[in-house]
Amino acid sequence: MTWQGWEQVALVLLAAVLAAIPLGRLMLPMARGDGGALAALERPLFAACGIDPAQAQSWRGYALAMLAFNAGGFLLLYALLRLQGMLPLNPQGFDGLPPALAFNTAVSFVTNTNWQAYSGEAAMSHLSQMAGLAVQNFLSAATGIALAFAVMRAFAGGGLRRLGNFWVDVTRATLWLLLPLSILLGLGFVALGIPQTLAGSVELTTLEGARQTIPLGPAAFQVAIKHLGTNGGGFFGANSAHPLEGPNALATGLQIWAQIVIPFALCLTFGHLAGAPRQGRVLLGVMLGFLLAGTAVVYAVEAGGNPLHLAAGLDPALGNMEGKELRFGLPLTALFTATTTGASCGAVNAMLDSLMPLGGMVPLFLIQLGEVLPGGVGSGLYGMLLFALLAVFVAGLMVGRTPEYLGKKVQAREVKLAMLAVLVLPLAILGFTAVSLVLPAATASIQDAGPHGLTEMLYAFSSAAGNNGSAFGGLTADTPWLDVTLGIAMLAGRFAYVVPVMAIAGSLAAKPRLAEGPGTLPTGGLLFGGLLAGVILILGGLQFLPALALGPLAEHFSLLAGKTF
Amino acid sequence: MTASLQASPALMDRALLQRAAIDALRKLDPRTLLRNPVIFVTEVVSVLVTLLALRDAAAGAPWGFQAAIAAWLWLTVLFATFAEAIAEGRGRARALSLRAARSDTPARLLRSADSRDWQPRPADALRPGDLILVEAGDLVPADGEVVAGIASVNEAAVTGESAPVIRESGGDRSAVTGGTLVVSDSLVVRVTAGPGSSFLDRMIRMVEGAERQKTPNEIALNILLAGMTIIFLIAVATLAGFASWAGTPPSVTVLAALLVTLIPTTIGGLLSAIGIAGMDRLLRFNVLATSGRAVEAAGDVDVLLLDKTGTITLGNRQAAAFIPAPGVSAASLAEAAMLASLADETPEGRSVLAFASAQHGILPPALPDGAAVVPFTAQTRLSGIDLPQGRFRKGAVEALVATLGTTLAPELQEAVERIARGGGTPLAVSRDGQILGAIALQDIVKPGVQQRFAALRQMGIRTVMVTGDNRLTAAAIAAEAGVDDMIAEARPQDKLDYIRRAQAEGRLVAMCGDGTNDAPALAQADVGMAMQTGTQAAREAGNMVDLDSDPTKLIEVVGIGKQLLITRGALTTFSIANDVAKYFAILPAIFVAQYPALDALNVMRLASPESAILSAVIFNAVVIVALVPLALRGVGASRGGAAALLRRNLLVYGLGGLVVPFLGIKLIDLLLQTLGIF
Repeated sequence: MTWQGWEQVALVLLAAVLAAIPLGRLMLPMARGDGGALAALERPLFAACGIDPAQAQSWRGYALAMLAFNAGGFLLLYALLRLQGMLPLNPQGFDGLPPALAFNTAVSFVTNTNWQAYSGEAAMSHLSQMAGLAVQNFLSAATGIALAFAVMRAFAGGGLRRLGNFWVDVTRATLWLLLPLSILLGLGFVALGIPQTLAGSVELTTLEGARQTIPLGPAAFQVAIKHLGTNGGGFFGANSAHPLEGPNALATGLQIWAQIVIPFALCLTFGHLAGAPRQGRVLLGVMLGFLLAGTAVVYAVEAGGNPLHLAAGLDPALGNMEGKELRFGLPLTALFTATTTGASCGAVNAMLDSLMPLGGMVPLFLIQLGEVLPGGVGSGLYGMLLFALLAVFVAGLMVGRTPEYLGKKVQAREVKLAMLAVLVLPLAILGFTAVSLVLPAATASIQDAGPHGLTEMLYAFSSAAGNNGSAFGGLTADTPWLDVTLGIAMLAGRFAYVVPVMAIAGSLAAKPRLAEGPGTLPTGGLLFGGLLAGVILILGGLQFLPALALGPLAEHFSLLAGKTF
Repeated sequence: MTASLQASPALMDRALLQRAAIDALRKLDPRTLLRNPVIFVTEVVSVLVTLLALRDAAAGAPWGFQAAIAAWLWLTVLFATFAEAIAEGRGRARALSLRAARSDTPARLLRSADSRDWQPRPADALRPGDLILVEAGDLVPADGEVVAGIASVNEAAVTGESAPVIRESGGDRSAVTGGTLVVSDSLVVRVTAGPGSSFLDRMIRMVEGAERQKTPNEIALNILLAGMTIIFLIAVATLAGFASWAGTPPSVTVLAALLVTLIPTTIGGLLSAIGIAGMDRLLRFNVLATSGRAVEAAGDVDVLLLDKTGTITLGNRQAAAFIPAPGVSAASLAEAAMLASLADETPEGRSVLAFASAQHGILPPALPDGAAVVPFTAQTRLSGIDLPQGRFRKGAVEALVATLGTTLAPELQEAVERIARGGGTPLAVSRDGQILGAIALQDIVKPGVQQRFAALRQMGIRTVMVTGDNRLTAAAIAAEAGVDDMIAEARPQDKLDYIRRAQAEGRLVAMCGDGTNDAPALAQADVGMAMQTGTQAAREAGNMVDLDSDPTKLIEVVGIGKQLLITRGALTTFSIANDVAKYFAILPAIFVAQYPALDALNVMRLASPESAILSAVIFNAVVIVALVPLALRGVGASRGGAAALLRRNLLVYGLGGLVVPFLGIKLIDLLLQTLGIF
């Protein structure tokens, strides 16, 4: 590790925090549910769609609208992927996707996962990329943000029956937040060298005289929303490690910035809306702390190199560079890896499979912790608030009051729903992985023997259920079994999680906000931040420890003992 | 009855332990255990491991390890049921003594309130609305409201206090409780509770725990624990699949051990004991809560409505100064004041005599024959005495002035106003129609209240003084006592309004009261503590009854509520934090055969995989018993704000919960080595 390396890390994180401060304020009117200065512009749009912006929905109405919207989005995308062979804007002449892959891909993009069992440049027409995947990149992100707004209102208000209008929130999040930011960022990416063209590919002769086909396409703007919306689905199969998707260090830094800036800002918006900015800052602080810790581990472990290589006489100065881009080096790889998994983005700029065992455990564990550090746009915040409720519930009793968060009493109904939501991840991740490790049809997909092979399967289901979408590698993902089970894991991770969360929101919204005083649990300081981090680790992470012991930990200690598999 | 506080028996005595041990076995019934999901799962797992050990023993395979694990799993369940049994046992002795007080003596049923004709009727045949006659020497057969008569009643059966109290019709002392003894005179009582639902019955049921329903917070905590149990069930069950990829599937016994050590058995086993102990602490304090819900609410209270008299001040105004009118000597005023109070038996009157003799050295003469006493009435608002040497009167200043038809000297008028501003009550004294001066009666603020209110403020609790005094007087006392707010010239409606307003602001309010007038406010408050001496209406409106009728205890009740919640939170945190160490004990033990390098995770350097697993299981069981005293006694609710409390408890129970099992498991492992087991 070097100081220059840490400077890069600090610079990118600082830029994200600094940008989150004004962005958090800018989102406040949207979170509050008013159109602000843009109300005049939206009015004709809502009128044309028959939406009355003043018509707020109960938590059930809001959740049903969200489910209907996403079901519709899934059907459209599925149809598009199946039929792309017959549709225009298909210069490479790709066929329609087979049913299992189309299901997997459609679910993946609707759930903001962007797990890619396909390779973009080898399977997707421009139309599918632009009208299908890119559209869902926006809409799945906007869905997350809308849900976060609804949940925020439930915490901030008192005695509310209704949480807002889903159609209005999702429209505003798309039109006034994601679209403008994506355009700005996309232009930046074009300037930095990411292609944006409708041409198919270029053929050229390499220096050695070989012929090479370089696929092109409308990449720059899709890459912008890929990061801003914590989607992560690369235009190219190699994602941000591809020289055209991650052309230089600046573009990489900007991508890292983009995938955490909105989740960061939403914490601050929450603080403002609740009238308690410190509360928002604490959530942000915990996220930042985990990101830094994760980055530090990856950076340190990778910089340490592979003990077997070192023993064989390799230069220790470089560290473990297998599967990494020399252009970015270790620090930006470490930060990219931690943020993309902490943030439920899932873009990658290195081969995770090639990280050292402990280096690979960091992204895996960050996903398993519930995708709240900082998590996906919107989903990260409501996931974090769920943990805050549990932290308050477990430890809040220790101040001698029945637990309350922001003056809302946490009672049996909230705890029940929170536990329902918390159950989803272990059930989907551990359940599917365990079955897939004994099923011959599934184990055939695993490339490596021993603990590393286990990690490959565990990572796939963690990534799917956590709606992250990054691939560890080493797994042949496009098989009927994995397409379907990973698809189910993605659906569970998104919707089986969010429905209880919305029910909690409905229940909390109706409660009065009790006055806070010196006798109430302080949730706006360092102490609570530490407590929250502890609860995330213990309630969110402990159940994965046995699986991790058999995967990366077994591999790590075996490696130290000189044993490989 | 404060005696019962000091005389609280040892935490556990021999007889109690024996009885609890038997009850603990009875509680193993899975239908009972189903109420407690964590321990229920433990029991199911215990059965499973036992069967496996038996199977291996029958097959001639090695079975010692399995039997040891099975035994300790059963002990885990037993320790949990034992904790509950012992908490229940502590209340049972009290219930026995209460039950003895229930009378089977026939009641005397009256035809009407006017007639004295009665016919015998068994006590359990009485219905609400029946009129009964209770005479000296009778046990009151049922709860009721006195309709006619006045009598002294010994309520020791309920309150433990043997000095008789007055019960009379009308007013705030009209409630009689079944099982209490009429010592003198007789009462006509309208029965208010049917058989089986009397105050005494309720008390017995509550004490025995038969009516103990889970409180809201307890239910929520149970859900959390059940959820965690399911999560760890998933983690352990799927481990079979993970391990089969690794090559060596662990035995069911080992997985069972892992499961039981991971699920929160510590708090699961102690949860109901904590709740019962909380009610018990309150009862030992001579406060009866009608539900555990009320005890929990007490911990949440942030506004305390306290009556001034008896709570903040000593209750009786006392003479504090004599202010003579111009031209009157201090000695003659003192003498006149003393003579005017000669027949005044009220505490105020007595205090005038005491003050006169203390300050002026004059001793009150015996009441001479032929003295005509003028008693105090609400209409005249004055009292006095006619003696041969003159007619002496003492009373409210304006009343006396009006009655005598005179005016006050300006100096005296000024002095009177000064007394009122200072929180005192001025009385005027006259002799033969001439006003001689004023007596300043002062409310004496109880020593130490100021510090107590300051401590409450630190805990985030606002104190509000309620008084019938005028604003001026009230403000002076409020300032002296250091309360945060006051309601002066309070009518019952004002209390109710204040409570509603505070609740609308999101605050939880506690108050105490005794009169029928207080009933609506008692019902509206989140914690309403009625006095045992109060009316039946008040006792039913509140959710607690103070058997000592001491309103100051409201402050302690809040403390007890907080203590209950803190104990629950502390042990939950401890229990959850324990999991980390158990992982470090069991995970390497399970997998070291397949991946020898994983022994690096065996940070405790436990001797063998068997010993590691057994040590973790033993620790897990023993910690329940070790924490029983803490669960029963409660974690101390130290003074200070929530932040300080949280920091301290997180350090002790969070960090402690992380560290202690590392030490404990290592210690047990060493012990097993020394004994040569595994």
